[in-house]
Amino acid sequence: MRELSLHLLDIAENSIAADARNIQIFVGEDDKSDLLQMSVKDDGRGMDAETVARVIDPFVTSRTTRKVGLGIPLLKEAAELCNGSLTIESQKGAGTQIEVKFQRSHIDRMPLGDLPTTILNLVATNPGIHWVFTYQFNGREFVFDDAPIKETLDGVAMTEPPVLSYLRETLVTGVKETQIGYASKIV
Amino acid sequence: MTTIKSLEDLKRAREEALNKKTAKATSGVAQIIVGMGTCGIAAGARDAMKSILDTIESDSLNGVIVSQTGCIGLCEKEPIVQVIIGEEPKVTYGKVTPEIAARIVRDHVAKHTIVQDHVIPM
Repeated sequence: MRELSLHLLDIAENSIAADARNIQIFVGEDDKSDLLQMSVKDDGRGMDAETVARVIDPFVTSRTTRKVGLGIPLLKEAAELCNGSLTIESQKGAGTQIEVKFQRSHIDRMPLGDLPTTILNLVATNPGIHWVFTYQFNGREFVFDDAPIKETLDGVAMTEPPVLSYLRETLVTGVKETQIGYASKIV
Repeated sequence: MTTIKSLEDLKRAREEALNKKTAKATSGVAQIIVGMGTCGIAAGARDAMKSILDTIESDSLNGVIVSQTGCIGLCEKEPIVQVIIGEEPKVTYGKVTPEIAARIVRDHVAKHTIVQDHVIPM
């Protein structure tokens, strides 16, 4: 995967697969600390310590009863190549939080890529999940919480064309304005 | 300077969606499912999904259900898109580029014509 926003989508898919009802996505970029951070926090079924170890490094641990993928190990490797890290905090029955950090200016850091499309895909096609997306750029912040949106929609689907237009424009504008420094607004 | 949309804009979008829905609720419900496992995402499923949503938006196709699923064990055929129209059997497409995804929406979902050259026999 060539974009961090694709990795973000991949991590969020794990939360969906873990039957999360609430998923919080954070992406932060900051020049002063030279950090790019992403985190996904869910209230899904969580993992025990052994499963976490296997998810991080599927070739080292021995257990073979549960399938794990390569998405997280590859992202961890990419982060560590850029003086960063990937950490997983999880508790069985309580949920999981994955946090990944990159040195933002590192020459090998993948581009963030199309963040609004990642979020739009998740929100529009998983209406049963409450999504909160926070994006920070050098101290400015954009928060997209889909709870008031669903309340306003009152049963109308996220994938209706005028609603898709609204969601797409809100996410694209929110991310762009946070990057270029217009006054941000909480949706 | 552009401004972030308000919930008032969303209310108008909702009314617009409701008005169109009543006018167009004739054919069977169309459902599109995109594989979003790691294999799918790595092969381009996000941009296939983006193309599907963009086409629904630009062509004003109402009442289409779009959802996603994990890896279905055909990783080499990803991105995979499945379409179900009403009671008809599920059609599975493989190696779906954004262009093919747009064709699937315009031909299969909107006009019920299967895009034969990209169907995976299941």
